[in-house]
Amino acid sequence: MERNKMGMLTFVASEAVFFALLIAAYIFYHRRGGEGPTAANSLDLVKTSIFTVALLSSSVTMHFAVHSAKAKKSRGVGVWLFATIVLGAIFLIGQGTEYLGLIREHVTISRNLFGTTFFTLTGFHGFHVAIGLVMLLILLGLAMNPRGLHPDSPAVEVISIYWHFVDVVWIAVFSVVYLWAFV
Amino acid sequence: MSEASQSHATITSLADIKEYRGLLSWVASIDHKQIGIMYVVSAYFFLFVGVVEALIMRLQLIRPNNHLISPETYDQLFTMHGTTMVFLMAMPLLFGFSVYLVPLMIGARDMAFPRLNALGFWLYFFGALMLYFSFMAGGAPAAGWFGYAPLTEKSYSFDHGIDYWALSLLVMGAGSVATGINLIVTVLTLRAPGMTLRRLPLFVWMVFINGILVVLAMPPLNAALVMILADRLLNTHFFTPATGGSALMWQNYFWMFGHPEVYILVLPAFGVISEVIPVFSRKVMYGYGLMATSTVAIAFLSFGVWLHHMFATGLGFAILYLFAASSMLIAVPTGIKIFNWIATMWGGTIRFSTPMLFATAFLIQFTIGGLSGITFAAIPLDWQLTDSYFVVAHIHYVLLGGTVFAMIAGTYYWFPKVTGRMMSERVGRWNFWLLVIGFNGTFAVLHILGVLGMPRRVYTYPDVPYFGLLHAISTYFAFVLVLGLLVFVANMIWSLLRGKVAGDDPWDAWTLEWATSSPPPPENFERVRTIHGRRPLWDLKHAAVAPAATKEGR
Ligand code: HEM
Ligand SMILES: [Cu+2]
Repeated sequence: MERNKMGMLTFVASEAVFFALLIAAYIFYHRRGGEGPTAANSLDLVKTSIFTVALLSSSVTMHFAVHSAKAKKSRGVGVWLFATIVLGAIFLIGQGTEYLGLIREHVTISRNLFGTTFFTLTGFHGFHVAIGLVMLLILLGLAMNPRGLHPDSPAVEVISIYWHFVDVVWIAVFSVVYLWAFV
Repeated sequence: MSEASQSHATITSLADIKEYRGLLSWVASIDHKQIGIMYVVSAYFFLFVGVVEALIMRLQLIRPNNHLISPETYDQLFTMHGTTMVFLMAMPLLFGFSVYLVPLMIGARDMAFPRLNALGFWLYFFGALMLYFSFMAGGAPAAGWFGYAPLTEKSYSFDHGIDYWALSLLVMGAGSVATGINLIVTVLTLRAPGMTLRRLPLFVWMVFINGILVVLAMPPLNAALVMILADRLLNTHFFTPATGGSALMWQNYFWMFGHPEVYILVLPAFGVISEVIPVFSRKVMYGYGLMATSTVAIAFLSFGVWLHHMFATGLGFAILYLFAASSMLIAVPTGIKIFNWIATMWGGTIRFSTPMLFATAFLIQFTIGGLSGITFAAIPLDWQLTDSYFVVAHIHYVLLGGTVFAMIAGTYYWFPKVTGRMMSERVGRWNFWLLVIGFNGTFAVLHILGVLGMPRRVYTYPDVPYFGLLHAISTYFAFVLVLGLLVFVANMIWSLLRGKVAGDDPWDAWTLEWATSSPPPPENFERVRTIHGRRPLWDLKHAAVAPAATKEGR
């Protein structure tokens, strides 16, 4: 296997353990929050579902970017990377507005255990999306520059591994935090 | 230049390599050999720091009701000593050996990601400085090396010691993951032609498995550190029982890291022993396959035993039995290794050069430490002995008598390769006997103190029968131990300046690192011939006698 790819996969394995433990902490503390806000009475399932769709579709566009890279179509790479960035940014903006709304309702990270575990978990995920966006922007910059990105560079594929991972984590977070609250 | 050399042998000391001249060439280096040396030098520096802290503690404990230092200072000292020895000394020492040797042993030019390698080192370096900065920023951490919550919460540890402690471990943890990834990918992708996984030197095998442990075991620590930092800086509630948080959560996450960590601290040492014993017994390693598979078994099992650190927290009996059983089970693959080493020595033509002396002491001392460890897997004994000096004795038998002795064996063994100079054998003997006598004198008596009921982590004790006597013995021998360490450092410095020139292969060894000049040139090898067996250099040296003599690992 190509070494950058293997490095990224190993890194993702490490990160998976990290997120698994944050999710486990969320589940463990779920019923111990005591009085005050809970997932069920403070989260907006519909809004977040829409942003979730944006993030999940960004995995599809990322896939096409890799496809174009393999076919050595640099225009395609640029277009699909751009789409991925836009969708990722929509997700982050959605998360930002969600946070703002919560904080206005005085649901903060220090309010109670729900706030503590919710903001820690989704915050770390959001942080990872942001890092991903930075990497994608750099890739896009390189792809636009005719002398920047070698057509058979493994970079696009390597970053796509990270991006898909961040997506998969969100599926887990969304299921545990949002869907579980409303069943 | 010997027949088998795969490089120009005009280099006989580090000063001959023009790429390594000047401070900048080190600070900006991405050469795995320079980074390895910087790791090892920093680690030995922090060994010195940790030992000074330990000596102050030992002086305080020399007689009952002593008041040399205050209880607060004592708390800071054992916390800084434990944290330093585990994270600032042992791990970087092992990483240093790993990144220096792995590319050489597999016939590679460098690590898979040289820049990431440098990043790993510098994260460690600055993380370590950050930990010690706490002394100047209002007080060092004082909650022990495993920092149990809620003692680490703001309401109990108000000054910034714990913040520095957690941040620095987080920074060094990120560096460790980076290095772990690098080691895994290096072993999997950069092996010389013909070097299949079944022909990998055992040191490389153990480092490879260690990389996997690092990558999977650091995240629980990092998650726990993030949570305690959030509790302290953002007023969250993870570990505050008053608002629904759970103190046991910290213990669970910490030991999910902590137990694999003890294997992280010992696997590369096993690797060193597996290289030294065959070469100095003039026999191939007995049970190569078993050595590798038992390492995999240890790595796997090490994730399923962490609760044995929490037997005294009131868990249900079903869980207690399960973890007692798994903890005893993990002794099996470790025992297999001990038997394989002994079987390798059995009937061999043993040369007791200094590396072999230390390897032999490792075998005995590590076995004692392993046996005291098994004691804790028996739950009633654990309830009696936990948090007593028996634990202190156990920790030091495995970490100091085990890991550090093995790494000193490794230092004597590879010093000629790294510097081009032999270490003095005569001084080596003094070094060895001072350390063996000092170490066992200091720590053997602590077993008895523990059984008598002396609790760990207390700054003084009342004048009850034997306590004063045993503590005094321990303190006096600690000075012998420290003298031994000073002799070791002196030997390294003296040999670097005055030692006799080593040549490519002073021990008549058979792994690839000995097939290039000492020290190796920046590019390691001019060319690497196809590997035909587990002892590539042996094959080269005996090629004329018996072409492709070794059939092993085909
Ligand atoms: C000159 C050598 C050494 C001496 C004299 C020494 C002495 C001590 C003493 C007096 C304690 C505190 C006992 C207590 O009050 O509970 C201690 C704790 C400890 N030592 Fe050492 N030590 C030495 C080397 C090492 C080495 C090489 C390591 C690891 C590689 C190590 C790891 C630890 C750990 C993990 C603790 C527990 C700290 C804690 O309770 O949080 N020590 N040692
Ligand atoms: Cu353990």
